[in-house]
Amino acid sequence: MPGSIQSIERAAAILRLLAAAPGPLRLTEISSSVQLSRGTAHGILRTLNDVGFVDQDRVTGKYLLGAGLAALGGGLVDPNELRARSMNWADPLAARTGEAVRVVVPEGGDARVVHYVFRPDHSAQKADVGAVLPGHATALGKVLLAFHPVAVQDVLTFYTARTLITRSALTAELTRIRRQGWAVERGEHQMDMAGIAAPLTGLGGLVVGAIGIHGAVDRLLDPAGVPRPRLLALVQECARAVGRELTTLRTQV
Amino acid sequence: MKPRFVMAIDQGTTSTRSILFDHGGQLVAVAQLEHHQYFPKPGWLEHDAEEIWRNVDKVVNRVLGDVGATATDIAAVGIANQRETIVIWERKTGKPVRRAIVWQDTRTDAMVEEMLRAPGAEQIPQLSGLPLSSYFSAPKLRWMLDETPGLRERAQRGEVLFGTMESWLIWNLTGGPDGGAHVTDVTNASRTMLMNIRTLEWDSHLLDFFGIPEAILPEIRGSLETYGTGRGPLQGVPIAAALGDQQAALFGQTCFSAGEAKCTYGTGSFLLLNTGTELVASTHGLLTTVAYQIAGEPAHYALEGSIAITGSLVQWFRDGLGLIGSAAEIETLARTVDDNGGCYIVPAFYGLFAPHWRPEARGVIAGLTSYITKGHLARAVLESTGWQTREVLDAMNADSSLRLKALKVDGGMTSDNLLMQFVADVLDVPVVRPMVAETVSLGAGYAAGLAVGYWSDLEGLRRNWHLAAEWLPEMDEERRESEFRNWTYAVQLTLDWTSKVGNATTRVKSR
Ligand SMILES: Nc1ncnc2c1ncn2[C@@H]1O[C@H](COP(=O)(O)OP(=O)(O)OP(=O)(O)O)[C@@H](O)[C@H]1O
Repeated sequence: MPGSIQSIERAAAILRLLAAAPGPLRLTEISSSVQLSRGTAHGILRTLNDVGFVDQDRVTGKYLLGAGLAALGGGLVDPNELRARSMNWADPLAARTGEAVRVVVPEGGDARVVHYVFRPDHSAQKADVGAVLPGHATALGKVLLAFHPVAVQDVLTFYTARTLITRSALTAELTRIRRQGWAVERGEHQMDMAGIAAPLTGLGGLVVGAIGIHGAVDRLLDPAGVPRPRLLALVQECARAVGRELTTLRTQV
Repeated sequence: MKPRFVMAIDQGTTSTRSILFDHGGQLVAVAQLEHHQYFPKPGWLEHDAEEIWRNVDKVVNRVLGDVGATATDIAAVGIANQRETIVIWERKTGKPVRRAIVWQDTRTDAMVEEMLRAPGAEQIPQLSGLPLSSYFSAPKLRWMLDETPGLRERAQRGEVLFGTMESWLIWNLTGGPDGGAHVTDVTNASRTMLMNIRTLEWDSHLLDFFGIPEAILPEIRGSLETYGTGRGPLQGVPIAAALGDQQAALFGQTCFSAGEAKCTYGTGSFLLLNTGTELVASTHGLLTTVAYQIAGEPAHYALEGSIAITGSLVQWFRDGLGLIGSAAEIETLARTVDDNGGCYIVPAFYGLFAPHWRPEARGVIAGLTSYITKGHLARAVLESTGWQTREVLDAMNADSSLRLKALKVDGGMTSDNLLMQFVADVLDVPVVRPMVAETVSLGAGYAAGLAVGYWSDLEGLRRNWHLAAEWLPEMDEERRESEFRNWTYAVQLTLDWTSKVGNATTRVKSR
């Protein structure tokens, strides 16, 4: 039996404190209440903020319980529900981009495929619904990593010469993805394949999955490795449409 | 300037939509409005035909506005509509004489029961291709003529006009009282029970049997044919096609040739098999219906099997039992177990329909043991849709020598991968889903576009059909057949239930 993990105990104490408080609390109120140094309390609060359990008021800087906590009971999203909600948008994305479409949900630090639409070119293809795509080496996986602060594997598996295998390179990439709101894959999983992906955002701003296209590098990217603007716009537009679908009431399905 | 789009008007049971498609068959814009459902008495369902026409006008304007298009951008308009629903309106004013009676309405059940015993009733299936049932238009029309004071006389004098939804819309679109065309397309006419399924003309025996004056009926025309041109926002645009909604879906799925079939999986499900220009009279409980007719060419026929309870069983599982929060969660629950645990659910909520036609049957959950969990029940719910499809397909195979190479599917339930795999497994044919989910509207658009030459031929349209997903059969033969035997035993258990326990029918109906 492993011993109890101190930082989880502390995080739980902070959550209980916030839940019992009459309103948002300042960092000093929190650190003194749970008898931690300001630095330690701040670190825990930041992590809790990353995973959505704690929100920070942008004006006052005070902390309160996050929207992610409320959604906890239901898990992130039912994968079959996500497929049903995205199907009517994923089809036109494939039709307009001419590329195959995948929808994924997070699984650990990786991405599990829950929906697949064939590339519309009459060629024989195989859907990989149920497959797990490596988080650090695919556009879809990187979107999930960027918006889900989960622990990344210690060893980043090498797939091609382009795979990001150092933690610093991946961290920089995830920061960029968070800032721009989309991810691109440039032969990092398979040498000749590229991908463009965007997050699917559910209630409370929680990213519950990702949607993206994948296909030959020269079709998706320009020679400099930049996604073709039309394709990127279509992916983003589709992700927003699914997001709107996700934030309408469940019972309306 | 060449027209950029074709327009489909999809007049459905709950809403009316107008959709623009481009030359690649891609959906460009859509506008939709719901209309009121009137339930004046238990079992009755009516629509306000004027409201529906106003909605058509609004969605047409809206969809044109959305893309900044005018009449000159539209090559043609095609209509797909809820089938069997009837309207009677005044020729002079265009006012409906009363609300439309909707296909689901059961007010004529008792009347039809009596008609079944009347002389000549036995000829009806052979003449019309349909079993005598309150589902089709003729009994509803008879009821309206009988129950609306003075209407029969006005009908005989030619003051009022009868139509199914597409007739009503075409008449209004082409000018209404000011020269509107009073026509029906042959696929819709084939659902009235008044048309001879062979000659494709109104049948005097059927008109006599139901007591319908011929003066009230529209002229039967092809499904792909210019009936007239539009007014107002559609000034001069050919109104060039009409199809019943399920026939439109068959067309939209590009099932143009004999042996091609589609199944639409929604609240209920509709499997249609194109039998080509050959009419196949079913001896196994299916309907014979017209698939489409290009003006001046022979009609293409279809065998149709309708399954009453498929998606609605999932709804019952959600709302009646409360075991899931949304329809899609049934797949998650079903995947918590590996098989049905020996449990089968036969959803004969209102009797068994095609191919059994046993109204006195009631549903069963068979094979219950303490081992069964809600996961097994979820599987049994999904599997019942697969087995019901299998029964209909077996009936088609018995009636016709055409063998299916693949089943094209559409509708809300196709988002369920477990179900679609199961359908492929039990039918032992590949199940394929096209990229454009809106097959009903697409069918109407295709038909209209073909009629005016916006598309040149059927083969060109086939190239627009793109595979979005595919499920290949995986189940081994032995397992498939032993499971099917078990299902068949379960079906046996449902038969005669109400004749044994009495008034359960009224209990169900009064809900
Ligand atoms: N993932 C799923 N698994 C099983 N059943 C589903 C799933 N998603 C939806 N359904 C069922 O499918 C039906 C909805 O399908 P659809 O939207 O095609 O309905 P419809 O009312 O028949 O069609 P329309 O409103 O277009 O005329 C519902 O009965 C619902 O229970």
